[in-house]
Amino acid sequence: MLDQTQVERLDAEAVNSARTRQPLYAARKKIFPKRASGRFRQFKWLVMAVTLGIYYLTPWLRWNRGPFAPDQAVLLDLANRRFYFFFVEIWPQEFYYVAGLLMMAGIGLFLVTSTVGRAWCGYACPQTVWVDLFLVVERAVEGDRNARIKLEAAPWNARKLVLRISKHAIWLLIAVATGGAWIFYFADAPTLAANVASGTAAPVAYLTILVLTATTYTFGGLMREQVCTYMCPWPRIQAAMLDESSLTVTYNDWRGEPRSRHAKKAVAAGQLAGDCVDCNACVAVCPMGIDIRDGQQLECITCALCIDACDGVMDKLGRERGLIAYATLSDYNANMSLATAGGATPVNPALIRTAEGSFADGLAHFHPRNIFRPRTFIYLGAWSAIGLALLYSLLTRERLELNVLHDRNPQFVTLSDGSIRNGYTVKLLNMIPEPRTIEVSLQGLPGAEMNAVGVDLPPSRSFTTVADPDRLKMLKVFVRQPPGQITGIAQTFKFRIKDQGGVESAEYTATFNAPEIAK
Amino acid sequence: MSNEHIDEVSGISTTGHEWDGIRELNNPLPRWWVITFYVTIAWAAAYTIAYPAWPMLSGATKGVLGYSSRNEVKHELAAAEAAKVKFVTAIQDKTVAEISADDALREFAVAAGAATFKVNCVQCHGSGAQGSKGFPNLNDDDWLWGGKADEIRQTITHGIRFTSDSDTRQSEMPAFADVITPEQIAQVSAYVASLSGKVNDGSLVGPGAKVFADNCAACHGADAKGNREFGAPNLTDAIWLYGPGETAIAEQVRSPKHGVMPAWLGRLGDTKVKELAVYVHSLGGGE
Repeated sequence: MLDQTQVERLDAEAVNSARTRQPLYAARKKIFPKRASGRFRQFKWLVMAVTLGIYYLTPWLRWNRGPFAPDQAVLLDLANRRFYFFFVEIWPQEFYYVAGLLMMAGIGLFLVTSTVGRAWCGYACPQTVWVDLFLVVERAVEGDRNARIKLEAAPWNARKLVLRISKHAIWLLIAVATGGAWIFYFADAPTLAANVASGTAAPVAYLTILVLTATTYTFGGLMREQVCTYMCPWPRIQAAMLDESSLTVTYNDWRGEPRSRHAKKAVAAGQLAGDCVDCNACVAVCPMGIDIRDGQQLECITCALCIDACDGVMDKLGRERGLIAYATLSDYNANMSLATAGGATPVNPALIRTAEGSFADGLAHFHPRNIFRPRTFIYLGAWSAIGLALLYSLLTRERLELNVLHDRNPQFVTLSDGSIRNGYTVKLLNMIPEPRTIEVSLQGLPGAEMNAVGVDLPPSRSFTTVADPDRLKMLKVFVRQPPGQITGIAQTFKFRIKDQGGVESAEYTATFNAPEIAK
Repeated sequence: MSNEHIDEVSGISTTGHEWDGIRELNNPLPRWWVITFYVTIAWAAAYTIAYPAWPMLSGATKGVLGYSSRNEVKHELAAAEAAKVKFVTAIQDKTVAEISADDALREFAVAAGAATFKVNCVQCHGSGAQGSKGFPNLNDDDWLWGGKADEIRQTITHGIRFTSDSDTRQSEMPAFADVITPEQIAQVSAYVASLSGKVNDGSLVGPGAKVFADNCAACHGADAKGNREFGAPNLTDAIWLYGPGETAIAEQVRSPKHGVMPAWLGRLGDTKVKELAVYVHSLGGGE
């Protein structure tokens, strides 16, 4: 077990700390986050592997939809205005599914934030994941924190040049791969990859790669934490999402203060000494350049690396983990009240410990039931309601639709035998990737018969036509009714379509117009 | 003037500009902002060299890239023409019946014909081709000169009673006011009206049939069903170019009106005429 004076004190300054916050016009002070290790770092590696895996591999998944549709599992086919997601195919008029998913994403973010704070920011946000990835490269090339600081301060020489060029070159490679992966969501990935490689892809593909390469490189490599603090609106919104029962990364100053490098001496001198040995490990690992011991602050993305750093130090000192920990504001306040005798005294570590040195029983700890609050139930309820509604709508949606547009000019035509003819534009939507034989029939309008331009059949009450796979078929249909059977200037009737090989059908109510004298 | 002066309150250096003791703090714009600003100036300068920009005494500088919006339009129109050329050549090579039988060609021809129709034909036939008194409705199934696609094409190509085209459709009903008596006109009008509806005075119908056989059957046929050779209308159906009823018929018997349709070949060319024929044929009355 180490004595606290043996814990190395890192020379780390919290460059974005509220105490030392720079004016906006000042040049950015570089942050050199030290490598952390521990539970949360492990979890973040896992999240990084999963999220990057999803991003890079998804376009390459195949999904057999038969010969009339692409076999890419996830495809945004902008040219043909179709969106494929595994077994789901969405037409532009079904965009409400996407709107619903976006609402679920928003409410899901509220739910996550109100329970575990800015977990999105700390673990899953692309900005965080890519910055993490870029930092891996930076560490591999230039070394950990101290080596990087030294290199930064060193005059330009061959070594610095080589290291810097290698780092930026690898960053650019990652950036190109990131931009390159994006375009595969919009076209058949293997074909597009071959086209891009041979220089025959559409200019917009190269432009997209170029733009996303630039943004990835700039945001991930150069701007890093500035994106979160200056560009992203979410840190501003989070204040409304967090409450006193939300978990946030917290410095438990009720056991840490008064912090001291020389606790034994301090105790011997009759002074108080908390658990914090002021080693600055939490500051050194912070990718945002803050000191978590200043309390909750806008810059903190709750990546929990300071927890790992501090836990490591506490382990070495043989003290309980959790000097920096996920805690709720209410637990923190309760413990703080205990440590300060209800605010009457400064923090006194003795008040939270028993005579044997273990924590007092009255200390508040996070309990999972804290997650179940009216607020989280409302979020969960709204989230599930939208999800179930979307699912229900998805499972029961029609894949055969009918739209009818009545000719307005002329509204009707008198034919030589005195019968009246109306023209209609009939649109059959065959929304599955298979050709279907569709029967079109008239319901109502006694005596009326119809014929369609391009369908070479004698006039009748019904006819069949083949609808191409996954396409809209437009027919010009003429309906005529003999003079004796016309009952008014505007009769309603129905067009009905039915899939001859299946069960789906659809109807559309239309109007048949006639001049008054033809009654 | 000292430019070393540091403002005591803010700790920021001043620019050396001073007005009655009020000094200007030296808070320069961020470097990225200044660089962006200079880049935009350089961009603007380069732009005016690359593209038409500076006004001169006559016209403006052309720009080294040789860009002009008129050229761009020309390119776009050429590209649009190139996209159509496959269809247009097919239409040139095929008869209207063949075009109508081919789904893709028919769709193209109907769209193109509709556009041509809206510019050239709506003035007489109406925007929905529904016609009006004296101007035939092209939606119905009654055709004076034939409703097959080829016959429609012939009509559009050479026109009707269009004297400067030697192949024009030609016919003229004489003014019967000079040939038969007013009484006979009333009789024959009643007879013709009776073929497709009721008449006021049934006693006129019998004599009218005789007048019709003597004077009208030569062109309109003994059964009054007309004759497309002469553009003679069918008098037994429900469609009346100059209006239904005895009065309108009598008027047309006394001194007939004759519409004139120009020949369109010279103005539109054969391809557009074919497209128009396919379009008109597709309106629902084509035979």
